[in-house]
Amino acid sequence: MCRVREAAPRGKDDQVSEDGIERHIIAVLVENEAGVLARVVGLFSGRGYNIECLNVAEIDPEAGQSRITVVTSGTPQIIEQIKAQLTRLVPVHKVSDLTQEGPHVGRELALIKVRGRGEKRVESLRIADIFRAGVVDSTSRSFVFEITGAPEKIDAFIQLMAPLGLVDVSRTGVVAIARGEKPI
Amino acid sequence: MALRVFLWARSLARWCKGTRAMAKGKLSGAEIVLKVLEEEKTEILFGYPGGAVLPLYDALFQQKAIRHILVRQEGGAIHAAEGYARSSNRVGVVLVTSGPGATNVVTGLTDALMDSVPIVCLTGQVPTHLIGNDAFQEADTTGITRPCTKHNYLVKDVDDLARVMRDAFYVARTGRPGPVVVDLPKDVLQAMARYTPPPAKSGAHLSYRPRMRADADAINRAVELIAGAKRPIFYSGGGVINSGPKASKLLAKFVGKTGYPITSTLMGLGAYPSRNKQFLGMLGMHGTFEANLSMYNCDVMVAVGARFDDRVTGKLSEFAPKAKKIHIDIDPSSINKNVMVEVPVIGDCATVLGQLIKRWGEVKAKPDAKALNKWWAQIAKWRARKCLSYEMNDDVIKPQYALERLQALTRGMDVYFSTEVGQHQMWAAQFLQFDKPNRWLTSGGLGTMGYGLPAAIGAQVAHPKSLVIDVAGEASLLMNMQEFSTAAQYRLPVKVFILNNQYMGMVRQWQELLYGGRYAESYMASLPDFVKLAETFHGTGLIAKKPSEVDDVIKEMIRTDDMVIADIRIDPLENCFPMIPSGAAHCDMLLGPADKAATPVSEEGMVLV
Ligand SMILES: Cc1ncc(C[n+]2csc(CCOP(=O)(O)OP(=O)(O)O)c2C)c(N)n1
Ligand SMILES: [Mg+2]
Repeated sequence: MCRVREAAPRGKDDQVSEDGIERHIIAVLVENEAGVLARVVGLFSGRGYNIECLNVAEIDPEAGQSRITVVTSGTPQIIEQIKAQLTRLVPVHKVSDLTQEGPHVGRELALIKVRGRGEKRVESLRIADIFRAGVVDSTSRSFVFEITGAPEKIDAFIQLMAPLGLVDVSRTGVVAIARGEKPI
Repeated sequence: MALRVFLWARSLARWCKGTRAMAKGKLSGAEIVLKVLEEEKTEILFGYPGGAVLPLYDALFQQKAIRHILVRQEGGAIHAAEGYARSSNRVGVVLVTSGPGATNVVTGLTDALMDSVPIVCLTGQVPTHLIGNDAFQEADTTGITRPCTKHNYLVKDVDDLARVMRDAFYVARTGRPGPVVVDLPKDVLQAMARYTPPPAKSGAHLSYRPRMRADADAINRAVELIAGAKRPIFYSGGGVINSGPKASKLLAKFVGKTGYPITSTLMGLGAYPSRNKQFLGMLGMHGTFEANLSMYNCDVMVAVGARFDDRVTGKLSEFAPKAKKIHIDIDPSSINKNVMVEVPVIGDCATVLGQLIKRWGEVKAKPDAKALNKWWAQIAKWRARKCLSYEMNDDVIKPQYALERLQALTRGMDVYFSTEVGQHQMWAAQFLQFDKPNRWLTSGGLGTMGYGLPAAIGAQVAHPKSLVIDVAGEASLLMNMQEFSTAAQYRLPVKVFILNNQYMGMVRQWQELLYGGRYAESYMASLPDFVKLAETFHGTGLIAKKPSEVDDVIKEMIRTDDMVIADIRIDPLENCFPMIPSGAAHCDMLLGPADKAATPVSEEGMVLV
């Protein structure tokens, strides 16, 4: 729904770089009230934390709860601060560091528009097939592909589409959930 | 005649309203707000009216339970509410109008957030259908105040009003206290709704549940570490005061049991009696030699409700380098924020201190007497340095002397001190003494000039019979001096004790020490005649120009029943020592004028504030 991306290179979500910067996927369960997203985003910008991507959607209309998934990076001390600061927000129910807590699945959905004719058009369709991307719209001169998967897979697909007439990209950012039977 | 018609019209209006409400069993939004204020036992509102809050003012006019103090600028209202709250451990309540009324409280909200002061601030808002239209006196109040409140609300439906108001008080008062804004559109204040009293047993908040009790494991580890210390120190902060008077009592009890030294932050002064021998004075940038060196050399540090602010720690990499640290705080985000600690203890200060004392008794902990004697002997040597001494002078009043006299002549009295921000604030922290919490009102985290006078007014409202003194700088005082008019209206006999150096002294001091004596814009030219100023606001003005006049002025000030401005003309060039230059370590203190050339401030230090 909302996407804030910075030009950080994408890697595995729990990648640790040489300078001790770690990348974490954090799930935040919030009260679905006005301004809650602004609170979370404002916290990140106000305190100088990174947002690589962030999304939010209501997950329980009855209980009025939404789930925010945010991918961020920082030193272990900063990551701890981010979680503590998030927990401190009044409408936040739960903060879960999926990266720290164990195995998890992270997926992203993208809609990708490719414009072209002839050989390139056929080629884009063939690649889409390999990536298991579906066609959700087509005209005689264009396709819209839908693809889900790990962000790196989507990156690779977009790269391949670039020379074939890529004109538009829309991505959701990662949503993630822990593996196994336990809920957040 | 006119008056009678007016009274008649008023009672008719009340009657009509009464019957209307009775018929439907409903109240207006404005009345619901007042109902909840009553539930919360609010006695005082600090406020300023305007179009968007007229329904609330109208409802206020028709009741007696809540008293409204009309300030002269909304900024004054919120500092007054802070002074009221901090001096009484109650929630300070503010009422201002939309737009400029709301934006005028932003500084005070930030101040209250930084110093964890419980405030509920009601702001008027344009009617809901006009929100977002750039309507007259519209401001995005929840947007503007989101980063400077603990939480804020925009009430769009009168049926939510009572719940939100109760929520606001709960959030402001519990956990780490803070300011909460409730934005009230005018149509919501006018709409009618059924008022339901609060549920007998109010359930836990949906998502906000501060933790009061610490883990037993953390307590055990803390006690073990404290008992085994050889060079221990307690370092207490404003959290102890926010936790309530019981926390201060328990702190004194525990510190007494251990026999360890204790220092305090600016905000924590009063939590532990200053006169006790175990007290080393304030620490930090203008802290005492003994406090800072004890922090630097300690092997176990017990931080109680303090947050390792940069004014306290100095250079982080050299902050208490040999110490194992225990950090007691109700706010988990304070832990490991600036300084990594070995034993985090999350919980309310009073509760945790109670747990520590209990455990201390259970394990029959005995401090290492030999090590402790050695430690105290070392501390005695640092104390002998007498870092707060100054050169007395027969012709010029030294600020330190004025404060020593103020301290001596108010000793044993029922007195509250507020301050403005600058050198005078630091001298006051060094020279005034406190036996009890809640007697010291100062703007620590934000350092807001103009805080002291309205805060004194708020404290005086909370304690009408007590002596309330604002130790002021002349520059700071001018920032909110319109509030003298408030003091006059309500006959609040606040005393303003100006340490008048005719400079923004703290700025001048930095310019002298760090910017080659180039005093850019730090001289307060064209100061008012403060004696006449006092008179113009229906108070009494006093002036002291020589040390020999100080005692008489102070006595006269205390004796006087109404508001007093005492203009104490102090040495314009006096600097506040000790001082840890920004970016330096606790062991690199400047102790007096002779020290200033010795330690040039590092480049990293220069960028710090
Ligand atoms: C609102 C605000 N503006 C600016 C400052 C920066 N500042 C800190 S101390 C100070 C000078 C204060 O002068 P005065 O009130 O006369 O106190 P003194 O230092 O002379 O005792 C200034 C300008 C501040 N703290 N607050
Ligand atoms: Mg001054």
